[in-house]
Amino acid sequence: MPSLVSEFVAEYGALLAEGTLSTIVMTLVPTAISYVIGLALGVVLYLTAPGSLRPLPVLNAALGWVVNVLRSFPFIVLMVFIIPLTRQIMGTGSGLAGIIPPLVLATAPFIARMVEQSLAEVPRATVEAVEACGASVPRIVLSALLPEALPSIVRGAAVVLIAVLGYTAMAGAIGAGGLGDIAVRYGYYRRVDEVMWVAVVVLVVIVQAIQSACDLAARRVDHRMRG
Amino acid sequence: MIQIRNLCKTYGGAVDAPHALDDVSLDVADGDILGVIGMSGAGKSTLVRCLNLLERPTSGRIVVDGQDVTSLAGAELRSYRRRVAMVFQNFGLLAQKTVLANVCFPYLAATGRVTDQNRARALELLEMVGLAERADSYPSQLSGGQQQRVAIARALACEPDYILCDEATSALDPASTNTVLKLLRQINRDTGVTIIVITHSMGVVEKICRHVAVLEAGRVVERGSVADVFAAPRSQAAKVLLERVDWDA
Repeated sequence: MPSLVSEFVAEYGALLAEGTLSTIVMTLVPTAISYVIGLALGVVLYLTAPGSLRPLPVLNAALGWVVNVLRSFPFIVLMVFIIPLTRQIMGTGSGLAGIIPPLVLATAPFIARMVEQSLAEVPRATVEAVEACGASVPRIVLSALLPEALPSIVRGAAVVLIAVLGYTAMAGAIGAGGLGDIAVRYGYYRRVDEVMWVAVVVLVVIVQAIQSACDLAARRVDHRMRG
Repeated sequence: MIQIRNLCKTYGGAVDAPHALDDVSLDVADGDILGVIGMSGAGKSTLVRCLNLLERPTSGRIVVDGQDVTSLAGAELRSYRRRVAMVFQNFGLLAQKTVLANVCFPYLAATGRVTDQNRARALELLEMVGLAERADSYPSQLSGGQQQRVAIARALACEPDYILCDEATSALDPASTNTVLKLLRQINRDTGVTIIVITHSMGVVEKICRHVAVLEAGRVVERGSVADVFAAPRSQAAKVLLERVDWDA
């Protein structure tokens, strides 16, 4: 039995380790880039909504439409659809570099909606109270809205990261590798089920780790309901 | 002195849209504590929210110390809002900031930063409302009455000439209500700040107000000194609010 395990590790260990690393990089890097865009977009969506602090119905509707269109694409279709654009930006349409633009394009609008929702949860009375202190809109956003919404934004980050992790399973289609790619290649094409099983277990562990880390962080930054 | 002239507020664009405020004219003298009383929906919150322009009046003018403020915008509006600080029914404190940071917020809003001098002043104000030792607590660790006292300290940090209280005690129990009312009266006596109290409770008016205006369906139906109105209410609304009518009629 120990020899079976060591044989497995010898044969597939490097492959799975590399796949795990690729998956983690493919999840974290595009998500980080997407948060820069998504936070800004979410704040603009919130501020320009009817009845909000800077209502601009036309801009709000236009941005909302763009966000909805991007979110309508199944990720694997978006990935293939924008390959010409990806080549323009990254110089290649495939591999690890090729997966970043489609992931950002899919994730940023998703984050924008999550952030918009988190901001909308901040009580109206709180926003009015800081308005009544004579705060400007940028001041309200930076010093009141975002700090008040932070626990909710952090919880949203778990949802976003796990969704992106799901997207990375399709990265194999453009040769970017990762655990999802390994699971499909070995489980479906080569019928080495053990490799697929281990890849799935590693994915489950990553999801659990993301969720636990975000829950813990959200509790740390939330000062409501503490004795 | 605040002079409200022919103030109207309607919601929605229709010509026949109901008036939340219908031709309200009212003077508030410096140093006064004015009660604005009425049933739910009488327009009292709309009136007070028009005073600091959280809502824009549809027509009419608000003149504060000789300056027409109705059309203020931008930096002028923000600095005006600090002159007419507001205390809300639900406190409106920032849940993720400490009590001290909440009281310092008006400084942050005014200058973009909080100096040591600002913090010292905020601690003085917390001392004044009896909560200096809770400076590092978060609002969720305080009772409703304590949270409202923090909100009052925050309002005072604006260094206001006027304080608008929008149902400031309506969410509080009777003991906390008395504490908050005594605090407002004390602040009025010590600093001469003018206070406008919106309430549906005649008890609140009787305890701290010198003058009262009764609002009904967006109109001022009665006004005068608290003593006069309580002795001989003329409007039906005042009689109902004073419970001078047979409730079971």
